[in-house]
Amino acid sequence: MIGNLEHTLLQQLWWLIASVVGSLFLMLTFVQGGQTLIFTTAKSEEERSLIINSIGRKWELTFTTLVLFGGALFAAFPLFYATSFGGAYWVWMLILFTFIGQAVSFEYRKKPDNVLGAKIYEIFMLINGTVGILLIGAAVGTFFTGSSFTLTKFNSVIWDTPFRGLEAALNVFNVAFGLFLVFLARVLGAMYIVNHIHHDQLVARARKATLINLVFALPFLLTVLGGLLTMDGFAIDPNTGKVFMEKAKYLHNLLAMPAVPVLLLLGLVSVIYGVVATAFLKSNRGIWFGGLGTVLVGLAVFCLAGYNNTAFYPSVTSLQSSLTIYNASSSKYTLTVMSYVAIGVPFVLAYIAYVWRLMDARQLTLAELAKEENY
Amino acid sequence: MYHWIFVPLTLGLSFLIAFFETIYVKTGNEDWKKLTKFWMTLFGVNFAIGVATGIIMEFQFGTNWSNYSWMVGDIFGAPLAVEGIFAFFIEATFFAVMFFGWSRVSKGFHLLSTWMVAIGSNLSAVWILVANGWMQYPTAMQFNPDKARFEMQSFVDVALSPAAVQKFTHTTSSSFLLSSLFVLGVSGLFLLQKRHQLMAKRSMVVASIFGLIATAFVAFNGDESAYHIAQRQPMKLAAMEGLYDGQNNAPVVAMGIINASKKPGDKEPSFVGKVEIPGLLSLLANREAGTFVPGVNDLVYGNPEKQIVGAKQRIASGQIAVTELANYKAAKERGDAAAAATALTTFNQHRDDLGYGYLKTAADAAPPVAPTFYAFHIMIALGTLFPIIFILVLYFAWKGNLEEKGWLNKLAFISLFLGYVASQAGWVVAEVGRQPWAIQGLLPVNVAGSNLSATNVQITFFMFLTIFTVLLVAEIRIMMKQIKIGPEA
Repeated sequence: MIGNLEHTLLQQLWWLIASVVGSLFLMLTFVQGGQTLIFTTAKSEEERSLIINSIGRKWELTFTTLVLFGGALFAAFPLFYATSFGGAYWVWMLILFTFIGQAVSFEYRKKPDNVLGAKIYEIFMLINGTVGILLIGAAVGTFFTGSSFTLTKFNSVIWDTPFRGLEAALNVFNVAFGLFLVFLARVLGAMYIVNHIHHDQLVARARKATLINLVFALPFLLTVLGGLLTMDGFAIDPNTGKVFMEKAKYLHNLLAMPAVPVLLLLGLVSVIYGVVATAFLKSNRGIWFGGLGTVLVGLAVFCLAGYNNTAFYPSVTSLQSSLTIYNASSSKYTLTVMSYVAIGVPFVLAYIAYVWRLMDARQLTLAELAKEENY
Repeated sequence: MYHWIFVPLTLGLSFLIAFFETIYVKTGNEDWKKLTKFWMTLFGVNFAIGVATGIIMEFQFGTNWSNYSWMVGDIFGAPLAVEGIFAFFIEATFFAVMFFGWSRVSKGFHLLSTWMVAIGSNLSAVWILVANGWMQYPTAMQFNPDKARFEMQSFVDVALSPAAVQKFTHTTSSSFLLSSLFVLGVSGLFLLQKRHQLMAKRSMVVASIFGLIATAFVAFNGDESAYHIAQRQPMKLAAMEGLYDGQNNAPVVAMGIINASKKPGDKEPSFVGKVEIPGLLSLLANREAGTFVPGVNDLVYGNPEKQIVGAKQRIASGQIAVTELANYKAAKERGDAAAAATALTTFNQHRDDLGYGYLKTAADAAPPVAPTFYAFHIMIALGTLFPIIFILVLYFAWKGNLEEKGWLNKLAFISLFLGYVASQAGWVVAEVGRQPWAIQGLLPVNVAGSNLSATNVQITFFMFLTIFTVLLVAEIRIMMKQIKIGPEA
């Protein structure tokens, strides 16, 4: 069945699968958002503990989704993996560094004799939730703004700037994208707290935080949207495979793929409704709208970058070195095998949803923290 | 290697915790619940830093070994994606239930979650070890000269290759062994301190049974593993035994001191001193007494009498492959189909030696012999000692006077550290012993890396060394404190 699919179709399918995983990761960054809210929304040690224990039961899902995103890109588009990670070295290294700090912080923060003290582990969380997400956003921004690299004829990458990826953080579009994700993560984090924690004062502040952070996110969102609608893009000539610059390429992509602007609009409206429901309608279910909206926005962004004859990882210094979902992918055989494997994904999602529902059947309280295992 | 400090304990302790909790659910005895929670706390502390080092493991393939990533991404990526989809999410989902679900889910579902964490942790090791096995014995692939990479021909053959199966079974069973020693060591300390004696003895009995079963597996698949190494990686076997000149009826060196100044091809003696068991290496390597086992020199310089083509000849052949591959690409670029076809034909005649074309000298094909030899022998010696400790613990537990045997409890405590020594030694044998290859015979380490300046690599190396050392210290301090608090707090 899958074995009969064209290689091109498999490449498109795997870009979609990677996009879904990447978008789910963006949704799950409510954990990172929550990590930063312990410094602003929580006003006491008890409230900090409530937030950390609430998001702490989900941090591994976010972490694992990031790992899967990397794994899916490695498996489906190994040339991207080799080019970007090996080339934009420092931006990825710094991202990884922030995730190392996060991985131990939940477990070690409150444990006696933890060497660094609780505050340092909380700062690790803050760095992960701000710098980590900002840099991930900047790295994804380069899908549109391009990077400075050349591929040799043996597909070995030569990075054309000494900044090794950090130059991404000097581009307004990329930074705006990163900051949008940081504030979006905080919006999602606040919504999650409202949904998951039973503590009147903290929840009241979290409701307000959803609105405040949405307001902070807006200028960056507008910068990103404005950029996408106006910037020149990296197009592929379908006949020759050559990459060339096309005026307003991403606007053309939006027009050429009507489902994408629908996804984008639905996503943004859904996130905004989530905030309105949380902040004004006193609903606890805003996270569902916020989360779903984030996935839809993420999907729209990845579709814009990869489909409609677009180079998803473009090079500004060597146009023909740009990566497309066609020249960067695995062989047809490997993509076919992995497509069979991917049939198992709904099963994985089903048990995650089941366990999540069981664990979150009742809200987290201070009383539970006092008598049960906690971070 | 750093990641490997934490992984074995996660793999084995997760099962031991599942055993403890199963006994709790079966008996309803709250002491077993306390015991489960105590070992779970230590597991969690170790697990966190294992995850932290694990993410570096995954992404460093791209950041620091980008040429390698491209050349094998078509093969190596698929196992990693499978691992991500099926194994990591089991761990991530049920981990939270295991730690925080005691009052949120039923007893039965909690037990199921603990088992799922154990199974998920071990499944997480399957695919990365399949990939590692493939690097030691590349199979079911073909080199694509247009893309300059290896492409998978059969996923099943990659996943079920003997090297992959050996790698997985030996690695997981040795991890179970280490975890049993960890439980034995901490419990031995409790008995020495005359604290939590009943819980310590219970832990030791369960761990010793598990450890003994694991030892049997380790011994069995260790022997299998050595046989496969002899067939597929004879250079590694020669280094493991410090065997420079191949011989019929080759002996095993029971113990010995390597001559540090010895180099392949020189006339220096291989050992300063050694004790041998005659003929045993031939038997282990070829399953037939008296047979020939090649040494480092045979494999470096060739041995026409035994039809062994040495690295020296293969380098010459590999250099032709490298040149013809470049000629092929150049001819394709300028649209010269005839020249491309000629270059490709010649390349195909030499492509099995492609990796050798990147070696500078024949001697570069040999791994560092001394560390491989010592690591192997330390692993074997300790692997022989451990089952004796398990048997003694079970014997005295059965006799009812385990707490009175101070010498054995001291030995149990020390064995905790010895377990880590054996585990790391095993990793050194596997990874140093296969040098200079990232992929056996096909891709040397020196061309697998990213195009990075030494400064960039040094800075990140020291950054990671610093943070991981700080976190390792934190982990050990936290664990020591939790052990001091004990299971009955």
